[in-house]
Formats: sequence, structure tokens, C-alpha cells
Amino acid sequence: MYDLLIAPFAEFDFMRRALVGVLALGLGAGPVGVLMMLRRMSLAGDAMAHAILPGAAVGFLAAGLNLWAMTAGGLIAGFAVALGAGAVARATQMKEDAALAAFYLVSLALGVLLVSLRGSNVDLLHVLFGTVLALDDATLLLIVAITTITLVVLAALWRPLVLESLDPGFLRSVSRAGAPTHLAFLALVVLNLVGGFHALGTLLAVGMMMLPAAAARFWTRELTALVALAVLIACGSGVLGLLVSYHSGAPSGPAIILVAGGAYALSVLFGSVGGLLPRLVPRRHLEA
Amino acid sequence: MLNRRSWLAALAAVAFAAPALAQDAPPAQKLPVVATFSILGDLVHQVGGDRVRVSTLVGPNGDAHVFQPSPADAKKIAGAKVVFVNGLGFEGWIDRLVKSSGTRAKIFVASKGVEPREMAEEEEDGHDHDNTAEAHGHDHGHDHGGTDPHAWQSVANAKLYVANIRDGLIAADPDGKATYDANAAAYTAKLDALDNEVKAAIVRIPADKRRIITSHDAFGYFGAAYGIEFIAPQGVSTEAEASAKDVAKIIRQIKAEHIPAVFMENISDPRLVKRIANETGAKIGGEVYSDALSDDKGPASTYIDMIENNIREFSSALSS
Repeated sequence: MYDLLIAPFAEFDFMRRALVGVLALGLGAGPVGVLMMLRRMSLAGDAMAHAILPGAAVGFLAAGLNLWAMTAGGLIAGFAVALGAGAVARATQMKEDAALAAFYLVSLALGVLLVSLRGSNVDLLHVLFGTVLALDDATLLLIVAITTITLVVLAALWRPLVLESLDPGFLRSVSRAGAPTHLAFLALVVLNLVGGFHALGTLLAVGMMMLPAAAARFWTRELTALVALAVLIACGSGVLGLLVSYHSGAPSGPAIILVAGGAYALSVLFGSVGGLLPRLVPRRHLEA
Repeated sequence: MLNRRSWLAALAAVAFAAPALAQDAPPAQKLPVVATFSILGDLVHQVGGDRVRVSTLVGPNGDAHVFQPSPADAKKIAGAKVVFVNGLGFEGWIDRLVKSSGTRAKIFVASKGVEPREMAEEEEDGHDHDNTAEAHGHDHGHDHGGTDPHAWQSVANAKLYVANIRDGLIAADPDGKATYDANAAAYTAKLDALDNEVKAAIVRIPADKRRIITSHDAFGYFGAAYGIEFIAPQGVSTEAEASAKDVAKIIRQIKAEHIPAVFMENISDPRLVKRIANETGAKIGGEVYSDALSDDKGPASTYIDMIENNIREFSSALSS
């Protein structure tokens, strides 16, 4: 048991760093993912992750494998797309999802163009699949800082955020906090994706956000429990994924997300709230 | 849409400017020669001198393993009188490219006469090597586990390349025989000096320190010729994503075998190499060039510069 679970972290520094990284990511991405799901923005996260790519690519092309350049580039591109799509949605007839789709596709194409402008695109591919095994001090601090900011902002804006998710009309009628809250939330999404991007890459970072939230939804309807469970599943997937990668030799990023995917599949099957099996089994078995 | 067109033109210029290694004012009389990659291009340039116009398909810093020929490359081959390839399975794409370009150029294999080495992976049991090589010779992925194509990493082999290039050029352009003979002789003398220089540098490294862990499987000929042991990290894939298991294995191996230096540019990404080095205390080697030259401003813009750069990096990492 010790060899299986503890020894990898005890023996290797890089495993300990990866552990801290995934725990921090799970702590921030869990609640954000739950709110995304409640706002029916589950796919918007994916769009946003694609939108970050050109920014990170520009950062990489300008400064090489520089943490700050790539972070800044990703943040700028992510904010530009989020704000641009939001502005178009509010100023015109277009729905936000369509606007977001338009913006992220343009951004993605720009990213691909930039990637191929660079003679050898192999380097950049490595960059886009960040690696959780190579977190240095600066990257870890960045991820932890992002998680801290996320949790503080969430704590401060929790009520308007939840209200806006569940009943935006009501929030509009009682206060004007709706739009700023929405923007702050989008900013959190971009921040978390950029944080996750350093550890997992642009595409897999969304998995850490959405899969735990989607899985948690099958076990509870209560918001606080939902958030707690999502965080638990996210962190658990991170740890388990690392261990799977350590013992089986599977690449660590996909391993982490696949473990989260496994948690989702189990939840779909056995989840007490709307899971498949509990529905099929006669009701009295449920009331044990 | 004038804008877009100029954009495209700019793009094309960027894409194709790099491979044109020696395209300064091409007069019509020069013999058009294509070399498949930049290192070979430099050798051809050294031998051909002013009589040939060398263009390369895979330019500086390009990777011939994953090269995707473009129509422009087929055009280059179609217009060439002579094509030099490395052979030994290095350019898997060249046959189709030659065929589809419809060229009537003569194709010469520069590595002719080189004694081929097997890739390091197959050497784990030292007994009866020739037989195992033959028995295992089939059914392996085409770029690993077969013949090691990176023969130019040993300077002695480069001299063979030069001789082959000289013969090829003379066959295509008999009038230039005197020039080619003279250039080849002069350049071979330089290579001899280089060879001695490398050997002298190796002697200065303490014998028990001549070990480098590298996933770069391009230095087999170099290691065999000069007596540096290149240890392959066990079971490491060169795919984009490394697993925790791979990294753990490398770290254990470096610690257990007291390997002083890590040169691993094509495992995953530099951040990971840095992490490994931090954790083991091994030194990270600087940038070494194996399959391609650097661009003009880089430290390895010619073959000789490349070898000098590499030996400098190896010795500074090993003799600290």
C-alpha cells in the first residue's frame, strides 16, 4: 500500500510538485466548473481554452518557453475573446454562445497560423501540451496564486454569482451587479484555464474543470455539496491520475483527465441523483 | 483583397527563405544540386564550391524525420542535375518525392561505404551482434531499432561523404574534375584536423566521466568513434507527453549510475529536462546539433562548426 500510494511522492521531488499542482488546480477549477455547468456554459470553457492558444503561441514565439510571456499572452487572448463575445452578445441580436463560437474559431485559426509560421512546430506542440511533471517554482507559485485569487473572488461574489446562474432575471430586478459579476466570472474562467494550461495544456485544462462538476451533479442537488464534491473529485482524479501515470507509464496529463472521465462514467451509472441504475432499480431500494 | 495576397506572399517568403541555403545570385551556368538536408548541403557546398548551386530540402533547424515535402521541394528536385541523399533510411520520403517530381537528376547516396550501426536500442545483449541484427532486422518501426542513419556524426564518415560527393559531382560535371578534386582534398584536410581536435578534447575529459544520458539517438556514430558512452534513458518515448514512470526511471538511473550530464532535447520539453537535472544534480548540456545545422547566426552553421559546437558542449558538461 505504501509503495503504491505514498512512495512515489516520498521518493521524487517532481511527483510532490505535481501533487501540489493538481491539488491547487482542483481546488480552483472545481467550483468554477460547477458554476459553468449551472450557467449552461459547459462548452464555453472548451471554446475559451481554444481561444487561449494564439495568445500562448504569441508569447512563446516572442520569448520562447517563458512562463510569464505565455501566461500574459494566454490571459490577453482569453480576455479578448471572452469580453469580445460578451460585448457582441449584449450589443447585438446574437446569442452569446454563437458570438463565443465565432470569436474562438477566429482565435484558434490565428493560433494555428502562428504555430505554423514558426519553422518547427514541434516545440510549440510540446508547449501546448504543458506537463504536470515539470512544474518549477515559478509555475507552481503561479498556479497556487491563481487558485487563491479564484477562491477569494468566489467567496466575495458567491451570492450574486449563484443568483445570476440560477435566475439572472431576478438578480437584474434587485441589483445592477449582474454584468460585473458575469465579467468577473469569465475572468476567473480564463485565469483557471491559463493556470491549468501550464500543467495540462490548453485542451486538457478544461477537463479538470468540467468533468468533476458534471460527475458531482449525479450525486447531489445542493450547491455547497456540489462544489465540495467537485473539488473532491478534481483533486482525487489529479492524485489518482498521477499514480496511474507513475505505475503504468501512461502520459500524466491524459491519465489525470481520464481518471476524471472514469469518475464521470461511474457517476452516470450509479449516481444517486438521476444516475442510470438507481432509476432502473425499484424505488424502495433507494430509501434504505 | 490585395491585403490578403501580400500576406500570403509574406508567408510563403518566410516558409521558403530558410531552406535556400546558398542561393546567392544564381547564374545559369552553375550546376543545380539538391541535398536532402542542411548538413549534407554544407558538405556538397564545400566540395562543389562556386561551380554548383546547392539547395536543401530540409533547411537549418528542420527535422528530416518528420519532414513533409512541399510542391516547391518537388520543383527543386525536378530542376536539379544531381541529388545527394544521406541514405541509411534517413529520408524515408525521398523515393516518392523523386518519382513524383519526374526528375532526371542523378541520385547519389552520400553515406556509401559507411559501416552502418544499429540503433542503440538493439545493443543490450552484446553477444553475436551481427546475427541478432539480421534476425531483428525486419518488422521494426522504420525510424527506430533499425540502421542508425546519423553516420555524419563521426568525422571519419564525413570524409567518406566528401569522397562520395566528389565522385558524384565529377560524374555529373566532368569538366569540373580539377576543382572538385582540389576542394575535396582541401576540405578532407580540414576534417582531419577536426578529427584530431575532437579526439584531443575527449582525452581531456576524465575517463570515468565520459557518460551522457540522452534520448537523442543521433550520436551513436559519434560515441563509437570517440569513446563517449551515450546511455539511453530506459523506456522513454519521445512522444509529446512523458509519463511519471519514465521520468522516475530516468532520475533513478542518473542517480544510480552517477551520470554527470543530461542532453535530452527531444524528450517532451525543456522544462522537464530542467526538472530532472534539478532533482539529480546532473548538469544539463547545452544545445547540440545532430540532424540539422543552425541558421547562419547560430553556433553550428556549417558541418565543422557543428562538430566543434557539440564537442565543446559535451566537454564543458562533462569536465566540470
